[in-house]
Amino acid sequence: MALPELEPAVLPPEAERLREEVRGFLAAARFEPRCDSWLTGADPAFSRELGARGWLGITLPVEYGGHGRSALERFVVIEELLAAGAPVAAHWIADRQMGPSLLAHGTPEQKRRFLPAIARGECFFAIGMSEPDAGSDLASVRTRAERTRAEPTRAEPTRAEPTPAEPTPAEPTRAERTPAEPTRAERTPAERTRAERDGGGWRLTGTKVWTSGAHLAHAIVVLARSTPSATRHDGLSQFVVELPSDGVTVRPIRGLSGEHHFNEVVFDGAPAELLGAEGAGWRQVTAELAYERSGPERFLSTFALVRLVCSVAPGAASGRLLGRLWALRQASLAVAGALAEGRAPELEAALVKDLGTRFEREVIDVARDRLGVEPDPVSPDPAARLLAQAVVQAPGFTLRGGTNEILRGIVARALEVG
Amino acid sequence: MADDRLLRETADAVLALDEPWPALVEAGLAGVGVPEEAGGSGGDLADAAVLLRAQGYHGAAVPLAETLLAGRLLAAAALPVPPGPLTVVPGRSARRVPWARRAHRLVVLDGDRVAVVAPDDVETVPGTNVAGEPRDDVTVRGELAAVPCPVTAGDVALRGALLRSVQLTGAMRRALELTVRHAGEREQFGRPVGRFQAVRQQLAELAGEAAVADVAVRAALRTPGDVFAVAAAKLNASRAAGAVADLAHQVHGAIGVTSEHPLGALTTRLWAWRDEFGGEAHWARRLGELGRVPWEEVTRTGGPPPEGATVW
Ligand SMILES: Cc1cc2nc3c(=O)[nH]c(=O)nc-3n(C[C@H](O)[C@H](O)[C@H](O)COP(=O)(O)OP(=O)(O)OC[C@H]3O[C@@H](n4cnc5c(N)ncnc54)[C@H](O)[C@@H]3O)c2cc1C
Repeated sequence: MALPELEPAVLPPEAERLREEVRGFLAAARFEPRCDSWLTGADPAFSRELGARGWLGITLPVEYGGHGRSALERFVVIEELLAAGAPVAAHWIADRQMGPSLLAHGTPEQKRRFLPAIARGECFFAIGMSEPDAGSDLASVRTRAERTRAEPTRAEPTRAEPTPAEPTPAEPTRAERTPAEPTRAERTPAERTRAERDGGGWRLTGTKVWTSGAHLAHAIVVLARSTPSATRHDGLSQFVVELPSDGVTVRPIRGLSGEHHFNEVVFDGAPAELLGAEGAGWRQVTAELAYERSGPERFLSTFALVRLVCSVAPGAASGRLLGRLWALRQASLAVAGALAEGRAPELEAALVKDLGTRFEREVIDVARDRLGVEPDPVSPDPAARLLAQAVVQAPGFTLRGGTNEILRGIVARALEVG
Repeated sequence: MADDRLLRETADAVLALDEPWPALVEAGLAGVGVPEEAGGSGGDLADAAVLLRAQGYHGAAVPLAETLLAGRLLAAAALPVPPGPLTVVPGRSARRVPWARRAHRLVVLDGDRVAVVAPDDVETVPGTNVAGEPRDDVTVRGELAAVPCPVTAGDVALRGALLRSVQLTGAMRRALELTVRHAGEREQFGRPVGRFQAVRQQLAELAGEAAVADVAVRAALRTPGDVFAVAAAKLNASRAAGAVADLAHQVHGAIGVTSEHPLGALTTRLWAWRDEFGGEAHWARRLGELGRVPWEEVTRTGGPPPEGATVW
């Protein structure tokens, strides 16, 4: 196969109008800009504020509490938030991949339960893919899923309550809802849905690691082996577990600077419900990864430093970064456009992440050279703090979401070498 | 141009020839991108880019970009475009003018005026780039019969950078294809070298650099008067050119550095074109000057050209 011809997407006027709205909000918002804010900058109140403004679940249908807008409009909103270094980590995974994934694979009941809350910024998700012995070789996951009922395992309630046909009645609008409505975690057992009470017909046993934000999440999507005997890829399914839950223990794993953003999550017979078709886990996860890999968070993690270098020490070094950033953004936009058209540009998504994350690193070296400060997490100088955040998180840039070596392997395979 | 695919196929067939110029003229392709009223074949910059990509892809030694640049410049000044290969001389005296000694006419920019000059009226000191293409120092003799011109030398430099970027992406695409094919065919240790993970990582690296440059150049083609966009496109194309040439040669081994092998026609052009109309450092400095408020600048582009930019 030859190199794909990626046409950069052109942003529609409504996306540019949205950009102005988001910029207006950000100019007045109060937060300290940080590097890597989409993984380590969690602020649930800020997430709810974005939800209230209609900037989460942007592409989800209106009947599920979303906003029915285009992927390119979402692109603009998230790139503005990232460039500002806004604290978006709490809702990031829910908004980026679990919303679309639930929409594609969830039952009507699951969609009603989760999607409106995702769009409000009240339901955060974690990704339970990696395990102690399953990193790059994700298909080797050992977490087991066992049925607790002999009958068909769809979590969809069919007896206790009538199932409205899709699309379902719209969630109450923001204006109708009381501001202090409890989130799922705060509800009493009596208020829980039938699927929750029954655990959806499955139990999970195993350990997930590096689970970002699991300590803040209201639910986790877990990749587990549902058919022990099946060949590697076929026996995998995805499950949803609401948190906190019986049989689930979330323990912090501290990062290099002692910060708590990821966790070990142990499942000990935890009740779980299927997400999508049984045995389709691998396919579903692979589709998710295209969203996970090509977005602007793959080249903007250190943008706060770019902004500083460009204003304090403009010159060839800052220009080099800007030229590269401009091109990577065009490539990311091109992938976003292709995804919106229903294509799955796996090779291109892998390229964006490989080159984008290396750019994030390059930024650090230019900043070290041009800013004349040493990284210091508690310095009164914001430049020193930003540099410290970037330096310490940098190893993760090229690991999370599939290591760069794995990504290059994907590219080589797509090129049909040998 | 109505039919993009037809244009691509024709361009591809013609530019693969050993001596493409006569066939380009015959097919009307030498004038693509120059308005018909001025004597060109019509079509816009995007159509011309299809040709330039094909030229880069085949490493064809023809002054297509130069003739296009000169033709559009003349059309902007409301002058008729003479037949034959042309080139722009950006000043009464200019260094490393591409294809000057082969040009049928030279289009001389003198401040805000332009004149069409015959080869006999200029003094030429020949030079070549590493691909063997003429790059001559030119000095105009005598008076110029010049007319007012809305396009400046700065505009020419910017457009030239964009056209070279397009040519670079064509050459990089072919270099990648040759390298992938070679890695699949060449066997050592009992298997194709493309089975070795170290080689596969290099191929992915090569593809990544080429792909990002390609998308950047396509984006810049939509706003050809936007300095930031074109600067970023040339910066990425030039940067990728060096990386692609290095990796392609490494994977090819010794066979790639022989003059019979097709790779050399591409990599020598990559090394030459990456510096012409400004290399990475030149455009990086421009971007640094322009991008003091970086996010606004990075996201602004993609829209219409900035106020006051020449549309030509
Ligand atoms: C900050 C951060 C956040 C994360 N968040 C999450 C999360 O929320 N949920 C989740 O499920 N996971 C998460 N991860 C885990 C992440 O997905 C894994 O780190 C990643 O998949 C790599 O697995 P590993 O760390 O076990 O490395 P390994 O797979 O053990 O790899 C070690 C080294 O060997 C290389 N290697 C392995 N196989 C090959 C091969 N075939 N060819 C060439 N080289 C190879 C790798 O590139 C790497 O350099 C997170 C990781 C980080 C750093």
